[in-house]
Amino acid sequence: MERFESRQPQMLCSGHAACPGCIDALSARHILATMGPDTMAIIPPSCMAIIAGPQPMSSLKIPVYQPTLESSAAAASGLRRALDALGKRDTQVLVLAGDGGTYDIGFQCLSSAAERNEDFLYVCLDNEGYMNTGAQKSSSTPHYARTGSTPAGKTTRKKNLVEIMAAHGVPYVATASASHLPDLVRKVEKAKSIRGTRFLSVLIPCLDGWGLADDAGLTAARYAVECGAFPLYEVEDGHRWTLNVTAKPRPVADYLALQGRYRGLAPDRVEALQSEIDAAWALLERRASEGAAPGA
Amino acid sequence: MSHATRGPASAASGDRRQGEFAPATDTQVNPPRTTREMLLTGNEAVAWGARLARPQVCPVYPITPQTPVLEALTAFQAEGAFDAEIITPESEHSVMSACIPASLAGTRVFTATASQGLLLMHELLHYASGARAPIVMANVNRTVASPWAFWPDQTDSLAQRDTGWVQLYVETAQEALDSVPQAFRVAEQALLPVMINLDAFYVSHAMEPVDVPAQEEVDAYLPPFAPTQRLDTAVGSSWGNVVSQDMFYRHRQALQEAMERVPALLAQADGEWQRRFGRGYGVVERYRCDDARAVVVTLGSMAGTARVAVDAMRDAGEAVGLVRLRLFRPLPVLALRAALQGVADAVVLDRNHSPGAGGILHQELKAALYGVPGAPRVHGLLAGVGGVNVPPQRIAAFVRTSLERGPANESQWVR
Repeated sequence: MERFESRQPQMLCSGHAACPGCIDALSARHILATMGPDTMAIIPPSCMAIIAGPQPMSSLKIPVYQPTLESSAAAASGLRRALDALGKRDTQVLVLAGDGGTYDIGFQCLSSAAERNEDFLYVCLDNEGYMNTGAQKSSSTPHYARTGSTPAGKTTRKKNLVEIMAAHGVPYVATASASHLPDLVRKVEKAKSIRGTRFLSVLIPCLDGWGLADDAGLTAARYAVECGAFPLYEVEDGHRWTLNVTAKPRPVADYLALQGRYRGLAPDRVEALQSEIDAAWALLERRASEGAAPGA
Repeated sequence: MSHATRGPASAASGDRRQGEFAPATDTQVNPPRTTREMLLTGNEAVAWGARLARPQVCPVYPITPQTPVLEALTAFQAEGAFDAEIITPESEHSVMSACIPASLAGTRVFTATASQGLLLMHELLHYASGARAPIVMANVNRTVASPWAFWPDQTDSLAQRDTGWVQLYVETAQEALDSVPQAFRVAEQALLPVMINLDAFYVSHAMEPVDVPAQEEVDAYLPPFAPTQRLDTAVGSSWGNVVSQDMFYRHRQALQEAMERVPALLAQADGEWQRRFGRGYGVVERYRCDDARAVVVTLGSMAGTARVAVDAMRDAGEAVGLVRLRLFRPLPVLALRAALQGVADAVVLDRNHSPGAGGILHQELKAALYGVPGAPRVHGLLAGVGGVNVPPQRIAAFVRTSLERGPANESQWVR
């Protein structure tokens, strides 16, 4: 860990407004440090916008444009093209958005930007719900999770946005987690070296919204990878699949037990979730071994 | 060009083009020899205006009847004559979303839309003016659904009057072309977005001979956009963070102050254009208003028809004139009051409809004249709503009927 604690440059300043213990700031710190100072950020309304603000202060040492909630990828497209017109082709455009602004209201323009292969790195800091407004469901909220708008548990599964993005055929799509920091940093470095639309989904367990203990953010993130609920993988050019963590030794029950949003979940539902994860994992393994295209 | 060649004596110097800051009409006029005359539609003229203004980023989405603007710009680019980053997103919403940070990064940004597209942008229109992004957008005025229709009607843009965009309404293809470089000058001086409105089909698709200025002449008129405050890693500033109540309040005051500068900036931009190219439009145009007892007040292409009606009524000995607002936002209140001084009756023709309120220009004019001693009686007519044809004879009849009936607070449906 020390290697990363001393990572330079420090692009996210101390004194920011993240909730104590939240790994959103930890994740963003390493993403920003890896992207470096010649980067401009697009941050829509989200937890990251709270961490970045308020005026006249800014916790980020780079220019930030805060667009409307639903327009991050369109705003990133406009900023990217303006930088191109000004000859600043080496300046990176980095979106730091939440899952509401990515999976839901911002999805239309994200799909369009990916279809045009606009040149930016889009990072979805995915805490599986509208946590800034007090934890309501998004289309990223997983099956059976309780939220403010699904008090009896969500009746449908989490949207597989990573595969949808891969299906656009963009050069780089990956999942990452602060629980596997070297893998996260490597993926940001790799994304940084590629031109075109790059999409990174980073799981951010929400202490408040998921009902986690104050010190359990990183543990929950690790368990999500270890049980296969949030597998770490990459898809290049829409068809080259790589599974980065190839074992899933932990039952999903361990992961669920950390979280208040699943408290009292019936055993048959735990089993159903385990079956869903096993099936998705088997499909992912097959794609990784065959290099199959999504939907194959 | 001498005054003697300008047409009817009553339309000569001192009568036409009297905005509150409008240039004197005897300004030396030297049309450049490099001007080309082309037969263009209003849409093509807008595209030529954009080409000559050299925007660097153009996000754009097709919609009837604006699509020919998009196609002309992409054709210009394909032939190597238009060096802009053209972005073709999935919606007008994303078009305006892309325009704002592109403008804040310090590039000149142009786009065009119409009707439903403008309404889809609504949230971002506020965002753009709040960000003080000097985007220029052409809007082809078309009916707003439902039900679906494609006819000239200005409800689309007039419904955006509170979004912080400067709004111009043009009468001809020539004015549409000339207004694009003028709009960029005003936008970049005031740091406000500007919307140039042209009526569907009457202006957007009708062809007319248009003088197309040479690129170097427009370059001399419109310097490159180079803002000192911009999104730039070398500058380090940001935009959009949460602000306090006090900061928001002061920000809105600054926006108001910028708007208040616009009539003078437009008059300067128009005056400079007139000196260079021999054509000016002013802020508020008065046509044959000397000694007029009644004047028609309107926007856009309706003014072209009203001009014919006024000529006919003058020929019949009726003291009627025309006031055309080229600038609608900010409403040029002082110029309007001056233009209507001594007039007994103002007959407003509204090709738009605000349900429950009536004609939007009617409301605006009544507000502008409130408390003015000797202000004219104001008659509001909902004429041409939905693209219904309004021939000159009907306008003459509207004026006569209004004078007989006297003013009503409510707008009247006429056809």
